[in-house]
Amino acid sequence: MSVDTIIDLKNIVVSFDGETVLDDLSLSIRNGEFVTLLGPSGCGKTTTLRIIGGFVTPDSGDVFFAGKRVNDLPPHKRQVNTIFQRYALFPHLNVFENVAFGMRLQKKKNAEIKERVAELLKLVNLKGFENRRVHTLSGGQQQRVAIARALANGPQVLLLDEPLAALDLKLRKDMQLELKKMQKSLGITFIYVTHDQEEALSMSDTVVVMNEGVIQQIGTPQDIYNEPKNAFVADFIGESNILDGIMRADFVVEFFGRKFACLDRGFAPDEPVDVVIRPEDIDIVEPMKGHLTGKVTEVTFKGVHFETIVDFKGFKWMIQTTDYYPVDSVIGIVLNPEDIHIMKKSEYSGLYGDYSSYSEEFDELADPTIDLTDEGGGESVD
Amino acid sequence: MTKHKIASLPFAVWMLIFTILPLGMVIWFAFTDSKGTFTFDNILKIADFSETFLISILLGALATLICLVMAYPVAFIISRTGERVQQTLVMLTMMPMWMNFLLRTYAWMSILEDKGFINQFLGLLGMEPIHMINTRFAVVVGMVYNFLPFMIIPLYSVMVKIDKSIIEAAEDLGSNGFQVFRRILLPLSAPGIVTGITMVFVPAVSTFVISKLLGGGKEWLIGDFIENYFIGTAKDYNIGSALSLVLMVLILLCMAVTGLVDRDEEKGGIGG
Ligand SMILES: Nc1ncnc2c1ncn2[C@@H]1O[C@H](COP(=O)(O)OP(=O)(O)OP(=O)(O)O)[C@@H](O)[C@H]1O
Ligand SMILES: [Mg+2]
Repeated sequence: MSVDTIIDLKNIVVSFDGETVLDDLSLSIRNGEFVTLLGPSGCGKTTTLRIIGGFVTPDSGDVFFAGKRVNDLPPHKRQVNTIFQRYALFPHLNVFENVAFGMRLQKKKNAEIKERVAELLKLVNLKGFENRRVHTLSGGQQQRVAIARALANGPQVLLLDEPLAALDLKLRKDMQLELKKMQKSLGITFIYVTHDQEEALSMSDTVVVMNEGVIQQIGTPQDIYNEPKNAFVADFIGESNILDGIMRADFVVEFFGRKFACLDRGFAPDEPVDVVIRPEDIDIVEPMKGHLTGKVTEVTFKGVHFETIVDFKGFKWMIQTTDYYPVDSVIGIVLNPEDIHIMKKSEYSGLYGDYSSYSEEFDELADPTIDLTDEGGGESVD
Repeated sequence: MTKHKIASLPFAVWMLIFTILPLGMVIWFAFTDSKGTFTFDNILKIADFSETFLISILLGALATLICLVMAYPVAFIISRTGERVQQTLVMLTMMPMWMNFLLRTYAWMSILEDKGFINQFLGLLGMEPIHMINTRFAVVVGMVYNFLPFMIIPLYSVMVKIDKSIIEAAEDLGSNGFQVFRRILLPLSAPGIVTGITMVFVPAVSTFVISKLLGGGKEWLIGDFIENYFIGTAKDYNIGSALSLVLMVLILLCMAVTGLVDRDEEKGGIGG
């Protein structure tokens, strides 16, 4: 454990009513880091936070805080504060007293409390709201009271459980920036829970992708996006076309019966792999000039780009392009080595990353490899 | 007349017939003599009952306090259980109330008697019997038993509304168990406490059945006197009304004090 590790979860197992919710979860969090737990609903994000906050005791495994084991330390003795999924403001207290709550418990002097509350309310842009009852505040304002309240004790670690989920898009974007700024200026550790992948990528130093109580990948937002470890991560983070492929050699992968250059190595010869191609990485060219040719089956305008579904001999890809290609037009695509990401096969292989559900022809998709092997197209390793 | 007003008409009539009119009659009787002439005599005579008033209020207050102390943790625990269990527990709490009031009190007679259940049990253990029936103790026991559900239910109904995350937020900010109680539970359950106190204190102060059956009629409470003046041997509506009126004023005063404490609790709460 390095010196500046603030929180260390070691082999945490939690189950409720015999159902395993966290399965052998280990996670190390550095001091001052912005860590995001990202995953679908029910994957155990809140439970992980509650372990750190002291509201859930793990069935097995250890929780360390600054090197000390804190498994049995009750919440009120931990130097972490939480912003709860639904704010949990004290309804009988006004804004001032909500923020002052922790300091009152510490028997701080009135003058000091006043000063600190004013400072915090300024920080969260709620100056002048001191005497308002919390139920008269808007969602965004309540959210900011919750932030001020949690910061009042000067915690080393702030736990934030989907703090922006209830806000509208515009306010959410603003608050994302504000929170990130706050975290930088305070220099404290944020452990942030969300199931919004965009939020996770834009705010975090480290993203922890979870599914069904198991950590799928830990990495920087770039790592997670560019080098997803398995089909689940690739699919959960952004859009992905995921194909079956075979590593023929280092830097050479074969799919659609055709060899492509890639940047990955270290696989066994002829090892089956999952190939990830991001919709925005695909270049559309004239049919004759492409590595592959396909037919557009569906186009949706998304504002910045067109989401175009293209049928490549029965396997449907999503391509994001700023140019409009009408339905039934035939296009060619070019895949550069840096557009192709290779993943080891996992339990998630074959579950994600095809866009057949976009079309009405489900059955032709049952196994995309079948009629591809006989294509035997020419070598096209650039 | 708006629709709203028409709809409230039956209620207004009801209030007039069953609340305003009787109250007016009580006031009228209290300030007149048997010939119907205005007098303060009845009110002045109340001074003779001051000790009875004191005892009635003290016993009623004691029973209320015991109910509160017993009901509070019970109500809290019920409010924290799962939905199904909650329904069952609430039903169990209310079940005794479906039994006839007299029957319940008679049952306590046979429990507390010199040769009742408790003393028989003590005898089995080879211990001396304890005299309980026909004492103030027995009266308070009877009040507590009969009125406890009226304390639990209002407390429970405010406590179920306290979200678990609010309690956790208080712990998160550094509250130990007592501080959670003092700064969160108490102020948030204050309305339930006031309702519970009202619903226990008022019937306890004015009871006459319990004092008769469990107190043995030795020591009369204010309710016993009122009963006696209206339907008993000492028929005198005027004194009876004066007693009722003074009792009502005293109860209102007690409630006003509780209400003030409650408001204080809900507003400031903090700083204790
Ligand atoms: N106290 C509890 N008793 C029983 N089951 C629980 C309890 N708390 C959580 N669970 C279960 O544990 C699983 C994980 O829950 P958790 O709240 O950690 O999910 P989450 O990732 O935060 O989801 P969301 O994004 O919906 O908030 C869920 O299946 C949930 O039903
Ligand atoms: Mg959650």
